[in-house]
Amino acid sequence: MKKATIQLGTLTCPSCVRKIENAARSVDGVDRESVTVLFNSGKLKFDFDPGKTSADDVARAVEALGFEVVKTQVKD
Amino acid sequence: MQRLILGRKNSIALVCAVLTAFGLAGKLAFGNENIAVISLAAASVLGLLPIAIQAYQALKVRVVSIDLLVTIAVIGAFMIRNFEESAIVTFLFLFGAYLEERTLGKTRSAIKELLEMAPESALKQMQNGEFIEVGIGEVEPGDILLVRTGAKIPVDGTVISGEGSVNESGITGESLPVQKAAGDRVFSGTILDNGTIRVRADRVGEDTTFARIIELVEEAQDSKSKAERFIDRFSGYYTPAVLLMGILAYILSRDIELAITILVLGCPGALVIGVPVSNAAGIGNGARNGVLFKGSEVISNLSRADAFVFDKTGTLTAGKPVVSVKKYYGGDAGKALSYLASVEKESNHPLAKAVLEEIGETETFAVENTEVIKGSGITATVDGHRVAVGNASMMEREKVSINEEARADIERLEKEGCSLVLASVDGDLKILMGIRDPIRPGAREALSRLRKLGVKDLIMLSGDNQGTVDLVSRKLGLTRAHGGMLPEDKAEYIIKLTAEGRIVAFAGDGVNDSPSLALAHIGIAMGGGTDAAIETSDVVLMNSDLRRLPHALGLARAIVRNMKQNIFIAVSVVLFLLAGVLFSQWMNMSIGMLVHEGSILAVTLNGMRLLGFRPRK
Repeated sequence: MKKATIQLGTLTCPSCVRKIENAARSVDGVDRESVTVLFNSGKLKFDFDPGKTSADDVARAVEALGFEVVKTQVKD
Repeated sequence: MQRLILGRKNSIALVCAVLTAFGLAGKLAFGNENIAVISLAAASVLGLLPIAIQAYQALKVRVVSIDLLVTIAVIGAFMIRNFEESAIVTFLFLFGAYLEERTLGKTRSAIKELLEMAPESALKQMQNGEFIEVGIGEVEPGDILLVRTGAKIPVDGTVISGEGSVNESGITGESLPVQKAAGDRVFSGTILDNGTIRVRADRVGEDTTFARIIELVEEAQDSKSKAERFIDRFSGYYTPAVLLMGILAYILSRDIELAITILVLGCPGALVIGVPVSNAAGIGNGARNGVLFKGSEVISNLSRADAFVFDKTGTLTAGKPVVSVKKYYGGDAGKALSYLASVEKESNHPLAKAVLEEIGETETFAVENTEVIKGSGITATVDGHRVAVGNASMMEREKVSINEEARADIERLEKEGCSLVLASVDGDLKILMGIRDPIRPGAREALSRLRKLGVKDLIMLSGDNQGTVDLVSRKLGLTRAHGGMLPEDKAEYIIKLTAEGRIVAFAGDGVNDSPSLALAHIGIAMGGGTDAAIETSDVVLMNSDLRRLPHALGLARAIVRNMKQNIFIAVSVVLFLLAGVLFSQWMNMSIGMLVHEGSILAVTLNGMRLLGFRPRK
C-alpha cells in the first residue's frame, strides 16, 4: 500500500468534495476508507495498491471531473 | 474536449456576459427582438456547456450537484422560450464561481504565506568538502549544510559553526530576530537575516517542525465540529430534496417557471461554505500569530472556557531558576557541596540545574543506591555517607534535625517566594539554597487581559511550596493558587473543576503536564514547538509567550461569532428566497440566482474579516 497526496487547484464548492471523494473511491485499487479531501488546502489524500492502480490514474479521474491537478506525490 | 471547456470557464463567462449584454441592449435599445433572442440563446448555450459537463460528471460518481439543478433550470427556461432568464442565470452562476475562487483564495492566503516559507533547496557539503546546491529532497539527516545571509534555513538542525540572527516568525509568530551560535537549534521555515552558519541536519522534509505545523494547520482547517458535520449531512440530502420539490411543484402547478425557480434557489451554497470559511480564516489568522488551534471543535470549546488553570514552572515562570541565597550549617561546607553536586548531576530537575550552576566546578563522587521520591527529592549514598537532597518534606522523611536558625531561614525564604533545596549528610542539615524562578515577562498583562475578556477564574497549580506560590499569585492577580501539588494532585483538581460544570483550559509546558493537558477541556501547550507539546495539546502557543493567550481566546470567540453570523445569513437568505417564490410575483430565476450568489459572497467576505482580527487593547 502506498500513500499519495494530490494537490488540486482552489476548491470553491463544498459539493466538489463529495465528487472528488467518490471519483477517487471508484478507481479500482484505491483504499476507500483512506480517501480524504481537504477542502481548504485543496488536497486529496489516499492509500492505493500499486499493483492495481497508480496515483496518476486517480489524478486523471479527478481531472476528468474538471478539477485542476497541480502536483502528485507518492510516499511508500 | 471536456477538459478544454472546463478549463476555460472564466473566458466563457466573459463571452456570456458580452453576449447577454448585447442581447439585452438589442431588445431594449434597438427594439430588435431577433438579435436579442439569438444573442441570449447563444449566451445561454455557451454558458451552459461547462455547467452541464460538471453536472454529468457528478452524476457519474452518483452526486446530485447544484450544477445539475442549474442545468435543468436553464433547459426549462429554454423550453418556455425565456432566453433572458436562461442567459442571466448561466452568467451569474459562472461569474459567482469565479468570484468565489478569488475570495476563497484570499481567505486561504494566510496559510499560503506559510507555505511560501518552505525551503526548496539547500547548500549541502559533499565528499570533497565543497558546498553544492541540491534539491531539498536530497538532504538527509546528518548532512552538513551551509546557510548564507538572507537564505531560508532548509532543515531542523544544530548550528555547528558560525553565528547569525534568525527570523523565526514562520514558526513562532514572533518577528524579533533570535541570535544563534554553535550548539543552538535552528528550524526549517525560518530565515537567516544576518550572518553565516553551518548546520547539521537533524530532521528533514516532512519531519521538520515546520512541515508538521503546516500539516496540523491544514488538517485543523478541515476538521469539522459537530455543527459542521451536521450541515454536511444535511446538504447531502438537501440538493436531491430540492430537485424533488421542483419536480413536485411542476406536477402540481404545471408552472414551469415556478418549478425551475425553486431549483435555482435550492442550493445550500452559503450554508455549506459559511462555516468552513470562518474556520479556515480564523485558523489561518491564528497560525500567522503563533497560535495553533488543532481543530474547530477546539475553537468552540475554548470560546466557552471560564476557568484557566496554569502550571507554574515553565508556564507562568520562565523555567530558568537561579540560586539567590545560600546558607551553610555545621562545618565542612566544601565536602557537603561536593556531595550535593554529585547527587544533583544525576537529576533532570530544573532546580538541580540551578544548583549545579551555582556550585560550579567541584570534586564529584560516585553516587550509589539512588532513590527518587516524587515531590520530595533524592536520597543516595555518596562516598560512604547517606545524602538526602530535596525540599522540607524530604528532610522530615529523613528525620533530619533542623535547628532554630535553619527553621527561621526556611520560613523567611519561603515567604520571599524562593523554592528550597536542602541537603543533609548523615542526618545533619548542611546546606540550604533558596532558588528563584522569575515570572515570565508579560504574564501579568496577559492574565489581566484574560480577566477583562471575562474569564472568571485564574488558577495556578504548582509543586512548589505554598509561600512561593502565594507570592507569585499576588504578583499576577490570580484567583486561587495551590502549592505542594504532585502531578496526580493537579490532574485530580482538574477533574474536580470539570465535575463542577466548569469549562477548563489548562496551560502547561507539555512535558510533565500530559495528564492535565489531556483531562482539561482545552489543553494549551507553551511549546515553542516541542514534539510533546504538539502531540498532547489542543492549542499550541508557538513561542511560549503568554501574551498570545488573550489573543487566542479573543480569536476563538470571534470565530464562533463569525460562524453564527454566517449561518444566520445563509438561513435567512434561503427563507427569504423561498418566501419570495411562494408568496410573491416578482421572484424569478435571475433574481433568485443573484441573491443566492450574493449570499455566498457575503458569507465568504464575512469570514475573511477574521483574517484581520486583532485583539482589542
